[in-house]
Parts: sequence; C-alpha cells; structure tokens
Amino acid sequence: MLKIKNLHASIDNKEILKGINLEINPGEVHAIMGPNGSGKSTLSSVIAGKEEFEMTRGEIKFEGEDLTELDPEERAHKGIFLSFQYPVEIPGVSVTNFIKASINAHRKSQGLEDMKANEMLKLIREKSEMLEIDRKFLSRSLNQGFSGGEKKRNEIFQMAMLNPKLAILDETDSGLDIDALKVVANGVNKLRNKDNAVLLITHYQRLLDYIVPDVVHVMVDGKIVKSGPKELAYELEEKGYDWLKPEQV
Amino acid sequence: MELKDKLVSSFLAFEEAFDVNSDIHELRTRSLKEFEQLGFPSKKEEAWKYTSLNSVLKPDYSVFPKKEDAIEYRDIKKYLIHDIDTYNLIFIDGIYSSHLSQTTHDKIDVCLMSSALNKSKYKPVIDNYFNKIVSKENGFTPLNTAFSKEGAFIHIHKNQLADKPIQIVNFATGNEAALMIQPRNLIVVDENAHVQIIERHQSLTDNPVLTNSVTEIFVAKRAVVDYYKIQNDRDSASLIDNTFVEQKEQSNCSLHTFSFGGKLTRNNLNFYQRGEHSDSTLKGITIIEDKQHVDHNTLVHHISPNCESHQDYKGIFAENSTGVFNGKVLVDKEAQKINAFQSNNNILLDDKATINAKPQLEIFADDVKCSHGCTIGQLDQDSLFYLRSRGIPLKEAKALLMYAFANNVLESVKIPEIKKRITHEIAQKLGVSLGFDL
Repeated sequence: MLKIKNLHASIDNKEILKGINLEINPGEVHAIMGPNGSGKSTLSSVIAGKEEFEMTRGEIKFEGEDLTELDPEERAHKGIFLSFQYPVEIPGVSVTNFIKASINAHRKSQGLEDMKANEMLKLIREKSEMLEIDRKFLSRSLNQGFSGGEKKRNEIFQMAMLNPKLAILDETDSGLDIDALKVVANGVNKLRNKDNAVLLITHYQRLLDYIVPDVVHVMVDGKIVKSGPKELAYELEEKGYDWLKPEQV
Repeated sequence: MELKDKLVSSFLAFEEAFDVNSDIHELRTRSLKEFEQLGFPSKKEEAWKYTSLNSVLKPDYSVFPKKEDAIEYRDIKKYLIHDIDTYNLIFIDGIYSSHLSQTTHDKIDVCLMSSALNKSKYKPVIDNYFNKIVSKENGFTPLNTAFSKEGAFIHIHKNQLADKPIQIVNFATGNEAALMIQPRNLIVVDENAHVQIIERHQSLTDNPVLTNSVTEIFVAKRAVVDYYKIQNDRDSASLIDNTFVEQKEQSNCSLHTFSFGGKLTRNNLNFYQRGEHSDSTLKGITIIEDKQHVDHNTLVHHISPNCESHQDYKGIFAENSTGVFNGKVLVDKEAQKINAFQSNNNILLDDKATINAKPQLEIFADDVKCSHGCTIGQLDQDSLFYLRSRGIPLKEAKALLMYAFANNVLESVKIPEIKKRITHEIAQKLGVSLGFDL
C-alpha cells in the first residue's frame, strides 16, 4: 500500500530524513518509535504532503502511485489520513460542519454529490457513539477550548468519518489519560480491517498495548535503524534508544 | 471645473429649487462657507495620510440627479434583508422611493428627513438634535449639511421598542454619467427605547458614484441601539461615511461595519460617551481585493466615568488592496474607572496588499483600564495544512481560516438573518462553496 524508498527530506536546507525505507501492506499496523527530534513527525508530515518540507531524494508510492507531486488534499482524497499531534483550532466552525466540509470535499473529488443530510447525521451519530463523544461536543467550535484528550478523540472521530485506507497517528497517545487512551485505541481497532493500514508514531510503548503493531520500527537521527516484531517496543522501553545509534547499524 | 467649485456654485440653485425659507437655511449657508474654507481633505492632513481622494474627486459628478422611477422591487431585492419583516427607507439616486419603502408613525417615527425638516411637528426634535454632534474636522460633514435635504429620520419614543429592524438603503441607478449623493440621517432614540438599524449604499451600474453620508445617532438614558453597516458596493462606487453617536447614561450602542467592496470607503465613526455606565461596541470585518481601499477612522471619546468601550476590527487584504485602521481612544480627566478595549487584527494575503494601522490612546484620567492590540500577519501555514490534510482544497481551506479569523466579530451580531447574509456574502466573495452553511 505505502512504499517509501530512500526518502530524504529537508527543511530550510537542513536534512531531517536521511534515507527512509518503509513498506506497509493492507491490514498491517506499523509503529515508529524514536527519541525526540529523530524525524518521526517530519516523516508523517512528508507522507501527508506538507509543503514546507522538501523531498530531496527517494520516492513515496501509495497504491503504486507516486505521491511526490500531489497536494495534501489530493493525498487525502486518495485515502491518506493524518491525525495531528497538535490539531488546529477553528473558531466559528463546529465539529459537525467541519466534518461535513471534509466529507463533501472528498466526495466532490470523486465526482459525487454532497452527502444527504440524513445520511450524514446517521453516520455522525454512529461514529460519535463508537468513540463515546457527547452530542454537545459536536456543536462546539473545532478544537477551540478542547482539552488535549478531546482534541485527540476528535481526530479519531474524523478518521472514523472519513474511513481512510492509511491512517497515520502522530503522537495520538500524548496528553491522554489511560481511560481516554483506551477509548481512542478501541476506536482505532474497530476501524481496522484487511484493506486498511495504520502507522503509529509514538514515544511510548504504552499505546502499543492497546493497538498491537505487526512491525515496530526504531527511528534515530532521520533513519530507521532497526525493525522488528512488537516485542521490540518492550526492549526499547527497558533499554532506551542509546544502544541504537545509527553508526552502529 | 473642480468638484469643490462645482458644488459651491451649485449651492444657490440647490437652495432655491427646494426651500430657501427653510429653518435650516442659515445653517446650510454657514456650512457651505465652512466647506469652502476646509475643502476636501488631502494626504497632507494626518487623518488622511493613507487615503487619497484624487481619483474619487475626479469624475464630473452630477449634483442634481434626475428622478428615476423605473426601479422595481425585483431589481433591488437581493440587496435587502428580505427574509424578515423590516421597515424600509429606500432612496433611489438620493430621492425617496415611496413604492419601495415601508414607513410608520405608529408609536415610533420611521420617515423622511425632508418631511422632518419641513413639518412643524418635528421642529422640536430638529432644533434639539439636528447637526448637534457633527465634527468639522474636514469638509465632508459641512458639505453634507449644506446640501442636506433627504435621508432617514428615525425617532423612537420613550420606552418604545421598534417592533422590527429598519433598513436604510441608498441605491444609485447610473441614470447619470456620474453621481454624487449626500444622504443625511438623524436617529433619535429616547429613554429606554430600543432599535435595530441596517444601512447600505449600493450602486446598480458601473457609472461612478460618490456618496457623502452623515448620520447622527442620539442614544438616551438606558436606550439600546444595534446598528449594522453593510458595505459591499461595486468598484465604481465610493463612500465617505460620517457617523456620530452620542450616548447618555446606561445606554448601549453597538455598531458593526462589514466592508467587502467598493472603490474607496472611508468610515469616520465617532462615539461620544456623555453619561455614566454607557457601553459602546464598534466592530468591523473588512475583506477586500483588487485595488479596493477601506479606511476605518474611529474615535471613542470617554467623557464620563464608569463607561466601557470595545473595538474589534478584523481585516483581510488580497491583491493590491489597501486598508487603514486609525483608532483613537480619548479619555477625559473626569472619565475615571472606564474600561476601553481596542483590537485590530489584519491578514495580508498577497505581497502587494497593504494595511496601515495606527492605534492612538490619549488618556488624561489616572484610574482607567485601557488596552489595545494590533497584529498584521498571514494565514497560518500549519492551519492550512491541517485543513488540506482533511481533503479540503486550498481555496476553501483559506476561506475557512478567514471565516474563523473574522468569526468573533460575527458572534456579536444579534440579528440571525444578518449573520446569515454576511456569511453568505463572505463565501460568495471568496468564491467558495464549503459544503455547509457557515
């Protein structure tokens, strides 16, 4: 589904990603772990198409198609979803209206009419119940005054509504207490199927107790220095990252 | 002939054609002299440093428009708030249109300046209020007074609540190659009375129009005035709006200005707080492009203690458009314990767009709370990326962010239909369909 080969990316002429190789197949969950500043969030932004980053070498293919020239919205239309570490506040636009705009933009890109109001309502009800989201929450301005947990839950709600092929969850666990983490993880697990895939970006092994990865990658200084089964996460939790310096690999 | 000379030489003919015996004949004559001395302001004057009138004063404006009867309701409907019941004062090329208007004298007076100036019944109100709070800082207001003849006359009597909003709309038909209109409005809201007013100036063709409008608003003790100015005119039309508000104790006046179009728009908005515990709100959203120019020149004069004023102006400037925000708060020595808040935030969308922002605070009292803040920036790239990552295309994403930026000004709009209209005009202006009603 996602094939990344020798990806180099920089911002303001500073190289952040220094040759990433990553392949994710349908039905899989991958986790990328690594210390602060290793380039994890940059990788998720580059996959989603953030323009500030310049791809200097390598390629990203999604379902066989080169993503390099595609705008962020075009990548979204193809089924890539990024759950943000710091979601943006949009005063005056309710959660409901925002998701309507998003869904209808997706539909428009496929040549479809706007979703019918009753259909939209049904979908919103179904997904918000799944994530234990209060109805009042849906009429609040997007992310404005939301707690950290509410923001993350709202990201997963949008994911549930859009039903992407590849969901990248960037530090979705940070700022969540254990109960909120369970709800969010439970939501992600319910959305999983054999045709979609999840890429988890995290500092901590904690999230991986609830969303169990097929592969764990360790990223240090812009490179994936080790990949392995889920047990690798426990090893990292125990030993830290220091034993995995890039030059030692 | 220069416009100034033309106006001065037209004055005698103007007076003779109407009412040389009018009570305000002397006032008009005096005002014309003031205009002769002051003339039109130039960029040399500090208050007009960033607004050049050269191109606006150039056309050979007709000062005596012909009467135009051909305008029908269907021609103007889209410029009116028509989904709720309102009183309407409609002027076509400066002349009152009775068949398009709806007036009343039932408990409140919603009628014409021309009849108020001529009928003895209204003489006490005219004597007490007409031309009493205008400033003579530049020639526009005296010029308007000299030629004052028509406009809205609204008098809400003590303890009365205007049962529906009042719309004052001036249309220009293009019947003249170029037209100058000088509407004159007087709004008197007596003790404990309430009124909501919507004002608009709209040209129907591309012939040049210059409107020099003067509005005086008197807000008596405990009275409430809620006023909306919708400025979304064609690129051939310019507006000099001079509005003066006097507030007495415990009164509340809020005025929203929505500036989305027009060649040049200058808002001279003056609030005088003469009474304790009065509250003034001045808010505006400006979204312009091309070579449009909008200048907000506000004054809040705190004369009495224990009052509040809130100013919040948001501006979004695209292409070669230019904006000015010149907000002055003046606090007299006696005006202790006032709270004056001013905020002006601007977004420049293009390299060539300009905003000149100049907050001014002059405080002579020593126990007051005054704050002001001014920002100039661009649309936030991280926010744009967030919206685009949700599949929302760039243009719509920008529109959503602009809407969000302007939103807290919209939040204080009390008439839902106006909010709806404004969001519709914003979406239309930005050329987007957002997949939902804002």
